[in-house]
Formats: sequence, C-alpha cells, structure tokens
Amino acid sequence: MAKQLIKGNEAIVKGAILAGCRFYFGYPITPASEIAEAAAYYMPLVGGTFLQGESEVASIQMLYGAASGGVRCMTASSSPGISLKQEGISYSAGSELPLVLIDIMRGGPGLGNIAPEQGDYNQMVKGGGHGNYKLIVLAPNCAQEMCDLTMLAFELADKYRNPAVILADGFIGQMMEPVEFPAPVTELPDKPWAIHVDKNDETRLICSIELEPEVLEAHNRHLQEKYAEAEKNEVRFEEYRIDGADFVLVGYGVVSRVLQTTVDLLRDQGHRVGLLRPITLWPFPGKRIVELTGSVNSFMVVELSNGQMVDDVRLAVNGKKPVHFYNRMGGMVPSPEEIADQAVKFLED
Amino acid sequence: MSEAVGLEKAKVVIREDECKGCNLCIEACPEDVLFEQKHLNRMGYHPAGYVGEGCSGCGYCFYQCPEPGAITVYKKGYVGEEVA
Amino acid sequence: MAEKVLTKAASFYDVYERKSGAHDVTHYCPGCGHGVLHKLIAEAIDDFGIRDQTIFISPVGCSVFAYYYFRVGNIQVAHGRAPAVATGIKRTHPESIVISYQGDGDLAAIGGNNILQAANRGEKITVFFINNAIYGMTGGQMAPTTLIGQRTTTTPRGRTVANEGFPLKMCELISTLESPIYVERVALTDPKNTSKVRRAVRKALRNQIENKGFSFVEVLSACPSGWKMTSVQAKQWMVDNLLPQFPLAVFKDVSKEIEPSERSKVVFSTENVNELLNIPSEENIRTDIPKPLTEHQNPRIILAGFGGQGILMLGLGLAQAGMQAGYHVSWIPSYGPEMRGGTANCHVILSEERIGSPTVSRPTVLVAMNLPSLEKFESQVEPGGLIIYDTSLINQSPKRKDVNVLGIPATEMADNLGNTRIANMIVLGAYIAYTGIMPKDVVVDALPIFIKHKKLIPLNVQAIEKGMAFVDKNNGHA
Repeated sequence: MAKQLIKGNEAIVKGAILAGCRFYFGYPITPASEIAEAAAYYMPLVGGTFLQGESEVASIQMLYGAASGGVRCMTASSSPGISLKQEGISYSAGSELPLVLIDIMRGGPGLGNIAPEQGDYNQMVKGGGHGNYKLIVLAPNCAQEMCDLTMLAFELADKYRNPAVILADGFIGQMMEPVEFPAPVTELPDKPWAIHVDKNDETRLICSIELEPEVLEAHNRHLQEKYAEAEKNEVRFEEYRIDGADFVLVGYGVVSRVLQTTVDLLRDQGHRVGLLRPITLWPFPGKRIVELTGSVNSFMVVELSNGQMVDDVRLAVNGKKPVHFYNRMGGMVPSPEEIADQAVKFLED
Repeated sequence: MSEAVGLEKAKVVIREDECKGCNLCIEACPEDVLFEQKHLNRMGYHPAGYVGEGCSGCGYCFYQCPEPGAITVYKKGYVGEEVA
Repeated sequence: MAEKVLTKAASFYDVYERKSGAHDVTHYCPGCGHGVLHKLIAEAIDDFGIRDQTIFISPVGCSVFAYYYFRVGNIQVAHGRAPAVATGIKRTHPESIVISYQGDGDLAAIGGNNILQAANRGEKITVFFINNAIYGMTGGQMAPTTLIGQRTTTTPRGRTVANEGFPLKMCELISTLESPIYVERVALTDPKNTSKVRRAVRKALRNQIENKGFSFVEVLSACPSGWKMTSVQAKQWMVDNLLPQFPLAVFKDVSKEIEPSERSKVVFSTENVNELLNIPSEENIRTDIPKPLTEHQNPRIILAGFGGQGILMLGLGLAQAGMQAGYHVSWIPSYGPEMRGGTANCHVILSEERIGSPTVSRPTVLVAMNLPSLEKFESQVEPGGLIIYDTSLINQSPKRKDVNVLGIPATEMADNLGNTRIANMIVLGAYIAYTGIMPKDVVVDALPIFIKHKKLIPLNVQAIEKGMAFVDKNNGHA
C-alpha cells in the first residue's frame, strides 16, 4: 500500500486532477488558499490551466465559460468568497452547467475570522443564490474523503448537469492525514450539449434566460425532476455504533470526527449512543432519520453554526421524537468530553 | 439570356414585412431612389420602397439598415438566385 | 458572386426561434445600432469562414437575445461578466473565436473590473462595446457613458458632474494598458463612418483568427427609443453630442508587430499523471512494527513551543513516520483560535484504530519546548501520560506528580551539534526511544519526505540518534 501524508486542501487538488479536471479559476482566501496554490503548481504540469481571477465573482463566471465548453473545471473559496460566487452559482444551476465548487468554511458573518465554522450550510444546501435550484453538496470529514468526494463531485456534476460542492471546514482543509490515491479517470463523459468548436448548424446554446413564463416553468419542472432523481440515487451517509442505539448524535465534517470519539466515551459510560453522519448534505439522508425515529428515543445535532442542518433533521423527525441541539461558533470546536457532558444532560432530562 | 452577363442594372429589394420604417436607408441613399411608402406593413410601419430605377448598387442602404434580412442589394453583373 | 450582392448573412439563422414575436425580424427597435453591428459581425464571420469556431457571448442588455440570431456557438451570461465567461471558454478552447459583445452598462458599469482585467491579461478575444449612452433594455436609465446634462429616467433633470461624475471613456482607459493590441472607437453614423466600423470589426476578428491578442472596438450607436427621437434625429444627435464627447480614433494598434500564430487546442492527457502529482507508487507502509507497551499505545500528542523551533515540523515527522509504521495518523497545526502571536503548536495522533476527533483535548503526551507551553498544557495531560520538556529553555519542572516526565536539554544538545534548530529532531529521537512507538529506521526512512533540504538529512539523523542516546543513558527504555 502506498499512502501520502497530505493536507486536505491539497488532496482536493490531486483528487480533482485524477478526476480529469484540468482547469482551475479562483481567488485566494484563507483557509482555502492551499487549494489555489496547489492548483497553481500542479495544473500546468498536467497540461491544464490555473488562472487567478480578479475576484470570486469573476472566477465563478470563468467556470461558467469553461463548463459551457464541456471541460471539467473547479474553483475553491471560503465563506465570504462563496457569498460573492452566489451569482454565478445560480446562473450555472440555471444553465445546467457541471462544475465543482469547494467551500472551506470559516467564521462569519461578515469578515468573521479564519477559524473553522459550519455557517455556510444554508447558503450551499438551501441555495444562497436566487431561484429554484439545488446544489449537490458533499461533506468530507478526512483527507481521504477530500480526494474521494472531490472525484465523486465531478462525476455527479456531469451526471446531473449541475454544480456540485465540497463543503468542508477549516480543520478538514488544514489537517494532514494519509491518503491513498485512486487511479486517474482516463475517459471523460461525452457532453453533446456543450458548446463545441468543431461542429455547426445545430443550436449550440448555453443560457439561463427564458422570458416566457410557461417555458421557464417547464424548465424549472425539469430541474426539479432532476433533483428528485438525485434524491433517489445519491443519498450517502455513514453510521457509527448505531446498532441498538437509543440516542443518536448527528453531525458532519470535523464535528462527526469529534462525535465518533464522543460515542466511544458515552458507550464506555454505558449509554446506548450512536452516530449518524450525513455525507451528502443535499440530498439529505432524511429517510434514514425517519427510519431511526422508530427505534431511537431522541437525537442530538451538533454543529459549528447557529443551527442550520438541525432544521433538516427536525423536518425528517417531524416532531415524533425530541431533537436536541448543541453548538459552538466563531471557530470554537467542542471537545468530545464537552459534547458528552451535554449529551448526558439531555439523556437525563 | 444565354451568356451570363448578369444583371444589367443594380437594384435594391426591400422585404416590406421586415422593415421597421426607420427611414435610415432613405436618408442614406445618395441616388435618392428610396422612399417611405404610404401603406402600413404587418407591424404597422410605413415600409421603405424602391422607385424602381436609379439604384447604383452602393450598398449604403444595406449597411444603414438594422434588420438582417430587410434589404438586399444586387449589383450590376449579379448572377444567381434572387430573394423573394 | 457574393461580392455582387449584399444580403442576409449565412451566419444569421434563417428563422429566429423566439417564442414570441415574428421569426424573421429582430427584437430591436427601429433605427437601433445593434442590428447594424450584428450585420457587420455576421458578414465578417461568413467571409472569414469561422462560423464553426465562433462563440458569441450575449450579455445582459438589449443584445441579451443575440443568440437567437447568430448561427454560432452561443453563451448567454450574467450582467457584466461576459469578459470573465469569455476568458473561461477561450482558455479551455483556445482554438475558438470568442466574441464578447457588451453594452455600456454591462461593460463600463457592473462589469468594469471584468473588462479591465480581461484586457490587462491580454485574453485573446474580441470585444465589441456598443455605447449608446443609455440603458436600453431596462427602459432608458443612466449609463456610465451618459453625457453631462443628458436626461434619462434616473437622471430626470440631466446628469450632473456633482452627482454622477463624468462619462467613462473606455477606449481611453483600456488603451493605457500594455496588453491590448488594438483599441479603436468608431461610430454608426453616416455611411462613411459605418464603413470604418466594418473595417474595425474585421480587423478585431482577424487579430483573433491570427491568435494575436486582445482587441477592443467601441461602437457609438443610436438608441432612438431611449433618447426619445426618430431614427434620423438620433443619427444627428450622435454627431452633435456623442462624437464630441467620445472622439473617434485608433487609440492603440500594435497588431502589425505581432506575428500570426496557430490557435492551439488543449489536449486532455493522463500520461504520467501520478508521477507529476508526486503520488507515491511504492509500498511505504510497514506491517512489522511491534507494539509499544500499553501505556504508550495510541498516543494523542500536543507539541508546543514558539515559532521557529520547528514544532510543526516535529509533528509532521511524527505523523509521517507513524503512518509509515502502519498507524492511523492525523496532524493539525495551530490554527484558528489556537493561534497566538509567536507560539506554535500542533496536535498529532497515532492510533491503531480509525481516528475520531483529530483535535486533542486530553493529550497523553505533551512536548513542551518553552515555558508558556508547559504552563498552558500541563494541566490537560491525562494521568499516567508523558510530558517531555526542553530543560535548556524551561527552568522549572512540571508540577504534576501523576504523569511521567522526561526533561531533556534539547536546545543545548542541538547547539552542540552546531544548529539549535535541530532540537526538534533530538526530541523526536527521545520520544521514540522512551516509548518504543517505532524504531529509528522508520523515522530515518521518513526523513526525506518531510525534510525539504536533502543535505540536512545526515544532521537530522544525528540529532535523532543523540535524542535516543540521551534516553538510553538517563532513563532506559520505559
């Protein structure tokens, strides 16, 4: 076995290149800059292009152009930069362009700080831009997944002709862990819809405008059908010691790592506790939560935000069982012990 | 005509239904052979018309007209199909 | 016989597939300049035989529907972003001919930075900037090029310098940049000026066909509807008002000095990709490393000191070697709220099981390389854990009695080796010797991965050995 100790942010770039991505357009921001730096280093080596755009606003539009031409392309940023990209994200979803966006979340609102937070859940999962669209959102929790899920993001983006997102926090981006890199993708999917420059006399158009209400409605219906298909096929989650659990912790990203340790601590204390970790934040594993509602007494959602994913958990639980919430913000990451103490309080309530 | 010598005289053909009546062609015509017609076209504009004589084939009207297909200018010696 | 007839270009669709409106006329108002510029562009695309390769970027503005007319590749884009989108498609398809067609609000207001930056990068695209000093599609509001005194729906009393500033002169601005190769302002007024527009359109496209660089053509154009006059009056208004403010000129043209070249195509290749990505291919994980004593298994380590002591490097070395020894490992640098001026710390975990929390809240090992670090983290160490501290820099012993303590004069020992910065590797040697977590050869194997300067490796090996020898002499294997 050959492994490489590597930062999550760098694993993303290598994963992207292995997935066949040769074009990166981005604007630096802490704590995502290593992604731009690694792309700047590696892309030209593999015959690709790295371009630092004049802004996040421009960079996402460069992707819009690149994706229109059918290539695999990506950008990365962090929370305030993602806010700026929302214009292009909405246009890309409207024009059904497959592209990959990385968000290494930091503290907010506003300039906030550069510490890890999960305050971008809503702007990525619920749509920070205008219109009736969804993004495919994947939440890695280790360096290996930074690579693997980036590769998957390219695949899903092409499969559904939709932007796909890696939503990670500063910790997962900055942390180094061993990664075993998969083989490179050698055959890229054919994209007959893309703007090619070698054939003509057929409509070659990428466009998000449609003035006729009935036509735009039909387009929106088409998008929703596509999303329904993704909801059917693409839900991914991971469970830890969930068998026989009557109290289930729910968290994603770095929180899920902390929760894994919390589960062990609580199990050692005799509590029947398990962990559900959504890997796809959209489509959200709501069905699995509905199933668990039958056997579980209560849930506890932990987030590095004011409580964003907890809404989706509550929607799934639909009032049938208590859903507790514990959070830290501003870059504070709770320890396993801190969460365990809180869980015991909820358990004893 | 057996030998293709083409058109003996230049001429301009205006597709009246594509004309928006802006009169820029009339204004530009150095020979003063275009005019605003009295009738209205399907869009409600007074379309430009050609008096039928005197076109020099300079193309000024063509390049002043904003509509891609409203004006066609045939120069002297043109051989081939003509627009309807 | 094309030269004998002037008619609708083949680069226009025969039928415009707009859902509403007639299918044989454009949506433009009578007397609008857009249609004329469209004709000149379509004619050039026909004449140059580039229809297959042409990609036309439709902006937001009256020309938003240009894709209904041009029988080429079309991308409709967000307001002002055409140069960024053009950059994306041109960089990925350098063989294409990319036309960014933009109005004054799009190019000079909301997309002002986008056009300047694309021009400054010298993107090999052709920009047609149609300037009619007003927002047409949104209904006659002020544009950045609206004249002083000009009334629009958002300057109902006329534009004033005090409130809106002066009209922006884009050709003048862009021609100050070094990258653009051709910048000209032309006007769709009388036939003579219109033939200059035709020449400029062709030149700007030819520059791209010959792969020369960024060409920018500003086309002054009438908006009779927005200006509230007849088409014929509008032409005269341009001559009387627009031309004095926006003089017609070639502002820059160095295209003759540039040799034509082939427009290349990007070829996708996966050849040697793993090698280029520096992905290890040879087996590098050992499975034969004996377990240390129970008390030293699965260490959760905090390493702390001040910047420059190589704390992060020490952590990296431990993680790299630990990985090669077959452990699950994680390394997190001081980051976010942990970051303090001048201090550095990192968390390293080596584990036989999959690692949960990568942050260490209750370390089993603390490596303290200065006094503030010892004071800060001492209380967090698990009972029965281990504190390693640098006695060269810390003149007090840990207060805890329920942990193992290893004091080592690492900085002095490093100084004796001729380099105080090697103290971190002395500590690494001491740690592996004290705990037996992994043998020296694994660490030595790992050195070239995390030490950038290869000639420093022998010194690093020496330091590790010194650290190990210190433990063997003073403490014996634990």
